[in-house]
Amino acid sequence: MTVKHVRELDRVVIRFAGDSGDGMQLTGDRFTAEAASFGNDLSTLPNFPAEIRAPAGTLPGVSSFQLHFANYDILTPGDAPDVLVAMNPAALKANLPDVPKGATIIVDTGDFTPRALKKVGWDTNPLEDSTLSAYKVHALDLSGITMEALAPFELSRKDASRSKNMFALGLLSWMYGRSIDGTVRFLQEKFASRETIRDANIAALKAGWNYGETTEEFAVSYEVKPAAMPAGIYRNITGNLALAYGLVAAARQSGLPLFLGSYPITPASDILHELSKHKRFGVRTFQAEDEVAAIGAALGASFGGALGVTTTSGPGVALKGETVGLAVSLELPLVVVDVQRGGPSTGLPTKTEQADLLQVLYGRNGESPVPVVAASSPSDCFDAAIEAARIAVTYRTPVFLLSDGYLANGSEPWAVPDVDALPTINPDFAHELNYDGDGEHAFWPYLRDPETLARPWAIPGTPGLEHRIGGIEKLDGPGTISYDPSNHDRMVRLRQAKVDGIAGIPDLQVDDPSGEARMLVLGWGSTYGPIGAAVRRARKAGHNVAQAHLRHLNPMPANTGDVLKSYDRVLVPEMNLGQLALLLRGKYLVDVVGYNRVRGLPFKAEELAEVIVEEVGSL
Amino acid sequence: MSAPVELGAPGLAGVPTADAPQTKKDFTSDQEVRWCPGCGDYAVLAAVQGFLPDLELARENIVFISGIGCSSRFPYYMNTYGMHSIHGRAPTIATGLAAARPDLSVWVITGDGDALSIGGNHLIHALRRNVNLTILLFNNRIYGLTKGQYSPTSEQGKITKSTPMGSLEAPFNPISLALGAEATFVARTIDSDRKHLTSVLSAAAAHRGTSLVEIYQNCNIFNDGAFEILKNRDSRDEVLIRLEHGEPVRFGADGQHGVRRNPATGALEVCDGDDPGLVVHDITADDPTQAFALSRLADPGTLARSPIGIFRQVERPAYGDLMNQQLDDAVTAQGEGDLQDLLRGKDTWTVG
Repeated sequence: MTVKHVRELDRVVIRFAGDSGDGMQLTGDRFTAEAASFGNDLSTLPNFPAEIRAPAGTLPGVSSFQLHFANYDILTPGDAPDVLVAMNPAALKANLPDVPKGATIIVDTGDFTPRALKKVGWDTNPLEDSTLSAYKVHALDLSGITMEALAPFELSRKDASRSKNMFALGLLSWMYGRSIDGTVRFLQEKFASRETIRDANIAALKAGWNYGETTEEFAVSYEVKPAAMPAGIYRNITGNLALAYGLVAAARQSGLPLFLGSYPITPASDILHELSKHKRFGVRTFQAEDEVAAIGAALGASFGGALGVTTTSGPGVALKGETVGLAVSLELPLVVVDVQRGGPSTGLPTKTEQADLLQVLYGRNGESPVPVVAASSPSDCFDAAIEAARIAVTYRTPVFLLSDGYLANGSEPWAVPDVDALPTINPDFAHELNYDGDGEHAFWPYLRDPETLARPWAIPGTPGLEHRIGGIEKLDGPGTISYDPSNHDRMVRLRQAKVDGIAGIPDLQVDDPSGEARMLVLGWGSTYGPIGAAVRRARKAGHNVAQAHLRHLNPMPANTGDVLKSYDRVLVPEMNLGQLALLLRGKYLVDVVGYNRVRGLPFKAEELAEVIVEEVGSL
Repeated sequence: MSAPVELGAPGLAGVPTADAPQTKKDFTSDQEVRWCPGCGDYAVLAAVQGFLPDLELARENIVFISGIGCSSRFPYYMNTYGMHSIHGRAPTIATGLAAARPDLSVWVITGDGDALSIGGNHLIHALRRNVNLTILLFNNRIYGLTKGQYSPTSEQGKITKSTPMGSLEAPFNPISLALGAEATFVARTIDSDRKHLTSVLSAAAAHRGTSLVEIYQNCNIFNDGAFEILKNRDSRDEVLIRLEHGEPVRFGADGQHGVRRNPATGALEVCDGDDPGLVVHDITADDPTQAFALSRLADPGTLARSPIGIFRQVERPAYGDLMNQQLDDAVTAQGEGDLQDLLRGKDTWTVG
């Protein structure tokens, strides 16, 4: 056996790429799980086409999974892969532009036939010409070796070659000193009822590991030590999972049964899938006939005293708009989750964007104020969901909770919270008549709490509080129909004042280690990671830069204007054409500078760092 | 007609009963009723307020949900819980409420535009799911609130504000539509026939699952007389077919007309009342074929030969009951959920 060297690294970015049927997402998930349980900090970026099985071997059919893991706290899934694993010519061609010179490319040569090469527009074989001369290339017939390793199982050629992703995972696991035990257990559970498939996959996984260990192809393996993280119990979590858990937690903390009305839509469907599993928590999930019915049912359940939630993406928000307006008028709690994707129209269903901010704020008829909370990272989706529910229940209002495709499918380690330390939410149902005057002893459904301006929530089944609500303007107090001009003016202002006055929103925190920064970088939503990483780079390069991030987009923290005005320049990077920037200019008369890209992918730290350095330099 | 609603009927199971006898007054809100004088909606409101005390339900456990349109003002006049929602969407709101709260008696008030045009999709899916709701569809064959455009039940060629040369569209037959949408309870009644109306409403309330009741309702402002031939003493006996469960289908002042099956086409046709082949009406028939065929007897234009009464009343588990059963089953199988366990999951690691 050859002597193998182990080299220590601080961080590695690996990208697995193959056909959309090659199992790249699973491979990435498993490597992530192993890195997580080893104690690395990590961040992931799945990237897949909207088509379930795009034509095999074509560029549009390429699916990839990028994983960044490190021995320190990281904020992004990495700008560019250090290692690309390409399972066919299309995967190599589609991903090559992202791979920096000098990086390692492991490529499965099994499908490098003239026909397959031609399909992606290569006349000559890039493995044989100078295309890859700037890279460290390991050209291996992964398919062939896998099939050889699986010969004893007498599988069809097709079935055997389907295990090549496990071979690749085994090989990469060896290269980075990851245990494969967890994946063996995973395969045992997943294929418990299909023994041959189970054993073949495990054999392929082990063969991949052994291939790295025994052949001379790989002289070096690498080690990325665990990251120093605060003490606690950790798990890996995606944004959609964290969001679903946050909703279950909010239901428990409020004592309200959770009712989800939803219509399948990418990239939000996984929240519906997840919540449908948790019936023993009293969670009711309703797959509606359309987006309108989904929110209607959620609102009906809220009327009945449930925590009503609907989950969707941008196109669904457009359809739900009228019902959100009804909820504004009814003043009932409702959480509307928008997992944003590229738009307009169908747009880029599987790609990320944050271009629904103005839609959720203003995409309704009339003056229709709705609080907006935006999650900043996959694990933050948990806390953001609880916060959205808190505002909805306390203030009897629909609340938009914004996530996006990047947060939804991306993952990171999460310190599992102690459920006893979670905030409680008080539904404070009305049980008594609330009005005395002019000899009248009555229940007035629009008699507001003087502090919160919230109206009482009296649910059907409460004797004596029978009342009618509806989308027609209501008389302030008694809640009967009113067309009175001054009453309408008052009610419009009251609804606005209620949202403007939402309490418990922390001040905007500014991070400026130097204390001397003249420029602030302000973001919202999923750009938190890339902006943070970029700001670190700029600081490392000697620049003083302050960073702040908005979680509450409506209302914004009370000190937002003061913070903005205390800097000579405010840079607002957004994955839209400047929606937050428009709001900040309008609300605070601050001449913010936007940096805007809508490529369906998160910002890269390097590009943002360059923009930051340039802006700081021009001050 | 079927018997008046029995206490503890399946449709009302789980809804608390009232502590003391109630009267129509208990169900009348303090709001002034603002339909046009002479509107058929008054008769339906009076019938509902008059018959609800018979159900002996706790008033606070009754909810009326409506959409948009003249009839959708109905909840404001009922001294129960109520919601006047948005156009066409009442079935969705009622579905969420009924599924989340099996202890409520949930009613949907809708019209031909609300239920069959903008809300058509929601209506058919509520029927398909068999949510425990009673839907009262006020069909006046016109848009009243928007002042007189043709509706999806208007006869073809109708001259209205939006169709000065006549409407081009074939109308929906709401009974046929409901039967096609897998409805388990389908009935039709007329605003002016208080006794028939009450009897049908009683049976609808007693039914567990979605009950659809089409009410022919006169709009005396924009479509006056739309059902005149069915109401007028001189004409009605010849054109109105009163369905009675278990009885041969006969109509005419002396039962001189009947309905039989054409053996060649399988369709129903009018024949003499003493024809030996009269079809016998069976609301409990599992197969909806005959109920559907009866619904097709009505002339889509004039409504002559309109059957009224219950077309279909069959048992199928209600959506909310099935949903709640799954929740119970999950707890039985796995125990109540533990949030801390859920959050921790299977793959964790410990730092420090």
